[in-house]
Amino acid sequence: MNLDIWMHAHPLTYVLIGSYGVAFLIFAIEIAMVLHKRKITLQQVRLMHEASEEE
Amino acid sequence: MAINWFKYAAPINFYPLAGKLIPWFAILSALLCATGLYLGFVVAPADATQGEFYRIIFIHVPSSILSMFLYMIMAAYAAMGLIFNTRLSSMMATAIAPTGALFTFIALWTGALWGKPMWGAWWVWDARLTSELILLFLYLGFISLHASIDDPRRADRAAALLAIVGSVNVPIIYFSVKWWNTLHQGSTIKFTGTSMQITMQQAMFTMLAACWLYAMAIALTRVRSIILERERNTQWVAELAEVKQ
Repeated sequence: MNLDIWMHAHPLTYVLIGSYGVAFLIFAIEIAMVLHKRKITLQQVRLMHEASEEE
Repeated sequence: MAINWFKYAAPINFYPLAGKLIPWFAILSALLCATGLYLGFVVAPADATQGEFYRIIFIHVPSSILSMFLYMIMAAYAAMGLIFNTRLSSMMATAIAPTGALFTFIALWTGALWGKPMWGAWWVWDARLTSELILLFLYLGFISLHASIDDPRRADRAAALLAIVGSVNVPIIYFSVKWWNTLHQGSTIKFTGTSMQITMQQAMFTMLAACWLYAMAIALTRVRSIILERERNTQWVAELAEVKQ
């Protein structure tokens, strides 16, 4: 009930934080995860090639 | 000069091409997103009946369109991988799935946020909403099935079947507002045109382009990691500058 009153009193804040804020947070997390995955994959591939060169 | 498109079906050629395209897509996406938000929040007027709440559509509609579009692209890539046994197609399908799932979640989330002040409910078991929720489960099913099989080629084939069968849900989502009497409003944007105010249209299409470019940038970055992982034993990966560092 309180949320209903608040959202009608502050519609732009509700829209900005609730939808855009959450959506951009999701995008930021996805970008961080994808970049982290690339970093880890590159490290693994480098280590694998270094190990095979040493042999 | 004719471009040999089949050349880019090989990971060895696609990997550097994707690397060149990613920064362009990312920069364009950020610029279009800033423009879209400016148009949507500053230039576009408040709606006569919905007030400021309608501004959710600038993220809700692009997310919903992309959730369906990305699924169709994912299913098409998965089908190509299954039929022609092309490695890159299956890798692309795997790379697109998480982004498609996130867009589906955002579409459902923002839809709920719009539904509460407009309908008085966060969620109703309406045909459009329910079929969109099934789409999210299909994405999650694709990702889980692929991750549960150790052999990547077998995982590609099993997940491709699920993606192809699941693609029947996309037209159901699109036509649900026509086929059934739903609480969700009918399509504002049709192939024949739209009745939307011009600045609202501009904001929405700009955000759609921004989200599409974002999806491409993120899927290409993800597929580069998948290519590296799967092709790690090949000579061309060993000779890559970033691997030699």
